[in-house]
Amino acid sequence: MESSSSTPQLLWFFAIAVCVKLLLIPAYHSTDFEVHRHWLALTHSLPLSNWYADETSPWTLDYPPFFACFERFLSIFAHYIDPQIVDLHNGLNYRANSAIYFLRISVILSDLWLLYGVYRLTKNADVKRRNLIWVLIVWSPALVMVDHLHFQYNGFLLGWLLLSISFLQEGKDLMGGFLFAVLLCFKHLFAVAAPVYFVYLLRHYCWEGLFRGFSRLSVLGAVVVAVFAAAYGPFLYHGQIQQVFNRMFPFGRGLCHAYWAPNFWVFYIILDKVFSFFLKKFGFSIQIPAASFTGGLVGDSSPFAVLPKISPSTTLIMVLLALSPCFIKAWTNPQPRMVARWIAYAYTCGFLFGWHVHEKASLHFVIPLAIVAVQSLEDAKHYFMLSIVSCYSLFPLLYEAQEYPIKVLLLLLHSILMWLGFSTKFTRASAPNTMVTAKKKGAQSKSIESSSPAAEKGGFTIGWVGKSYLLGLLLVEIWGQFLHPYLLGDKFPFVPLMLISTYCAFGIMYSWIWQLRWIISTT
Amino acid sequence: MGKKKEKKELNEKVDVEAVEIEDDTWWWLTHKGIGATFLCISVFALLVRVAVSLHPYSGAGSPPKFGDYEAQRHWMEITLNLPVLEWYRNSTGNDLSYWGLDYPPLTAYQSYFHGLFLRFFDPDSVSLFTSRGYETYVGKLLMRWTVLSSDTLIFFPAIFYFAFVYHSSCHSSRKNDCAWHIAMLLLNPCLILIDHGHFQYNCISLGLTVAAIAAILSQRELLASCLFTLALSHKQMSVYYAPAFFSHLLGKCLRRKNPIHGVAKLGLTVLGTFTVVWWPYLHSTDALLGVLSRLAPFERGIYEDYVANFWCTSSVIIKWKRLFSVHSLKFISLTATVLTCLPSMVQQVMAPSSRGFLYGLLNSSFAFYLFSFQVHEKSILLPLLPASLLALEERRPFKWLMFYGLFSMFPLLCRDKLVLPYFALHALFMLLYHAPCGHGGRPRNARPNNTKFDYFDSFKTFMNGFIYLSSFILHIVYLTMHPPEKFPYLFEAIIMLICFYQFALFAFYTNVKQWSLLEHSTTEEEKKLI
Repeated sequence: MESSSSTPQLLWFFAIAVCVKLLLIPAYHSTDFEVHRHWLALTHSLPLSNWYADETSPWTLDYPPFFACFERFLSIFAHYIDPQIVDLHNGLNYRANSAIYFLRISVILSDLWLLYGVYRLTKNADVKRRNLIWVLIVWSPALVMVDHLHFQYNGFLLGWLLLSISFLQEGKDLMGGFLFAVLLCFKHLFAVAAPVYFVYLLRHYCWEGLFRGFSRLSVLGAVVVAVFAAAYGPFLYHGQIQQVFNRMFPFGRGLCHAYWAPNFWVFYIILDKVFSFFLKKFGFSIQIPAASFTGGLVGDSSPFAVLPKISPSTTLIMVLLALSPCFIKAWTNPQPRMVARWIAYAYTCGFLFGWHVHEKASLHFVIPLAIVAVQSLEDAKHYFMLSIVSCYSLFPLLYEAQEYPIKVLLLLLHSILMWLGFSTKFTRASAPNTMVTAKKKGAQSKSIESSSPAAEKGGFTIGWVGKSYLLGLLLVEIWGQFLHPYLLGDKFPFVPLMLISTYCAFGIMYSWIWQLRWIISTT
Repeated sequence: MGKKKEKKELNEKVDVEAVEIEDDTWWWLTHKGIGATFLCISVFALLVRVAVSLHPYSGAGSPPKFGDYEAQRHWMEITLNLPVLEWYRNSTGNDLSYWGLDYPPLTAYQSYFHGLFLRFFDPDSVSLFTSRGYETYVGKLLMRWTVLSSDTLIFFPAIFYFAFVYHSSCHSSRKNDCAWHIAMLLLNPCLILIDHGHFQYNCISLGLTVAAIAAILSQRELLASCLFTLALSHKQMSVYYAPAFFSHLLGKCLRRKNPIHGVAKLGLTVLGTFTVVWWPYLHSTDALLGVLSRLAPFERGIYEDYVANFWCTSSVIIKWKRLFSVHSLKFISLTATVLTCLPSMVQQVMAPSSRGFLYGLLNSSFAFYLFSFQVHEKSILLPLLPASLLALEERRPFKWLMFYGLFSMFPLLCRDKLVLPYFALHALFMLLYHAPCGHGGRPRNARPNNTKFDYFDSFKTFMNGFIYLSSFILHIVYLTMHPPEKFPYLFEAIIMLICFYQFALFAFYTNVKQWSLLEHSTTEEEKKLI
């Protein structure tokens, strides 16, 4: 009965979210909106061979081919709605209501894929756990902010990831690998988890004797190669493959984005500033680089005054080093139930140590971690912190006054829902006889409540460190929004943003260490 | 009647079991008590309100008169820049023909405070004369935020007070019910669309009314009369509820040992509150009459546009405006209103009870909506409020009324370009109403199997379904087709006819319901409620 009634309930959760997303249609959208509109026009009006060569707009296509095909698919409908949306030249910066409604609704509908992923992941979970996961993923404030306000298709892409994880958890490794390969051909930034996938699949799927293992390896290899061939083959045929890679991996972007993602490099930059400050005080002559981080985008020259310059390969090595404990675990003891954690951990490492990371990339590990957040009290406590911090670090994306109450209310609502959900889950779970038959539960609920002090002790609480950290978050926000403009006016406009990234970086670092410890300690 | 009652009780019993079994879905939301539940739902309700406020408002970018948004902004401009006595008077600084102030003084004071807020952040938006039609990004945002803050500061606490009183005294109700009820109260789509879409401050007067109702339910009559007087001084439309308040309080006083003492106390409270609020205009009769004449714009005719009340609907056949003078129409409409209020008032004087009072509010506000002079489409908010307070007892009728209430405002909202929020909020309401394991979404098999085939029931279902369907089609027709040139308002007229039919039916039903309370009021009701 449970599984039969779960689909309408999940749809109910989704439909509530859809109503809110529909209401948000006229809200602010970033230039990413024009990027995606232009891609619709580009894929609609040009032949495949010119997709990656076109230069009509500065927003050239820089996602892998499957995503381009996805845009091509959408453009068929866009053409029916309003031909100007897909007009390569007349459509530039087209912002009529038809375009806004079409693109916004396409994001809302593409979230159905995420919904399917969530459905597959939770179809065997018990009711309470399932409802919580739905609340965490389907009503995720970060996804609303990034996809439905800022404008992107992360929900759709994360749907592929969740689907892949759901197959891996069921032990259907080949399907999981296939879906991940497809995901990589939609957005290559997801490749950070590829080494983990590789190690896990090699050990869990292929490591079964010489002959069988070899045949499985070749099947897996064939599947992956087939996916990539389907994606890149046409471009290889047209001789465009070099151009495709040039567009997908633009060199010359800096270590950090204009707004620093809250990761490890924030500390590195700050340390550099502190060093140069003190060395100058002690009389050393330090050359302050022209392209300073506070100025925005960074070019080729070294932005550091004292510390050594960081190259993309350094970041790659650091990511792999950070991932190594996970490799060892995945190799020595490959377990389907750990897959979600390992993948989330891989994205955390990529986020912390990667090259030119966007703050939006925190979605890549926050959403998969929601699956495991309900497994234990420790998980719940960690997820509560992480989710708030990562959502807060997205605040600078929506900088206009009109959206201010929206983002604050989204975060507030999410925190309240998490707090209510987790505290119920874990007070009740620790009380005895929770799994009594349903009918008794109504009568017992009162007695559980009254006899819960013992359970409360082990229940969902965040310690004083967590509380003061969250309070600090509030202070950072108050400073950035009210005190800074009031006290300092237009001076040091970068300080509020810098404060947010630095402060959130602590939270993300904590999450990384926590995940690392969990991975090492579990057997 | 008796048979129906029995059936209902049986229904409830089965429901209790069904709910206990599936209690788990919402257990996490409700287990921390009413405060946490309310907090959670109110944050969501606020989010929805902010999202609706992104959409256009009435008269956006349409000079020279604009719409209600400009009216409210203009009042801020007037109250901020002119002395109190000139607010309601035509003068060189105050052109009453351009959105002159036509609400009671509390609205004026509220405009003054909001004007201060606007002037602090954006002085241009409220400067005298030059700010007419001021529609900048910041100006719009600040205006929207004044509504949001009024809602948060007045309507939300009032609903909390009501929910707290209602759920602790009236029923030993299930927590799920309480959460569902709060959601129904806070996410009333009509109120959100009018206040945060169209642009008005109904949340203030309705909030004060809800607080007054809650005060009555918790036996604080003096507080209640004070709060209701404030509501009356904010929007004269609150008079729709006055018969219910009056008759309930009178009925209660009459049952005391010393009725005159009770009536005098209440009367003094009301007069005192009025005096305080109207103080600036009480120095001369001229000033007072000047304000009062602004509040009753009889020259605008007995109805405007296509409102689903008796006068407008029957004018299809009887041309009231041509047959009678304004003066006699005033008299006729007053008589009709009083006559329709009378049954519910008599019931309350005879047997005042909390439940009867809520029905009384519904009946008297419907009497005014259907028969009084100069009713707007937006006035459907007034009957909707007591209907939503009663939502737990009248679940299906409540949904029914909300559906047609929304529908009756559809042409208005289309003019305001609020079609998208209209449908989104409509859907949101239906989803919340049918929340899994909540009340609307009760599984069908939970009902007792009625083996006997009931012709009347099936006819009713058929009729309801037919009207639902036709109104759904009308939505689409209204949006996509042009009316024939000979009858440019054909669709509005059809919508009005359907809605009037439903409202009249509803008002009849609730009147019967209120009177049926009398039959067994002495036994269980008294024990339960008072």
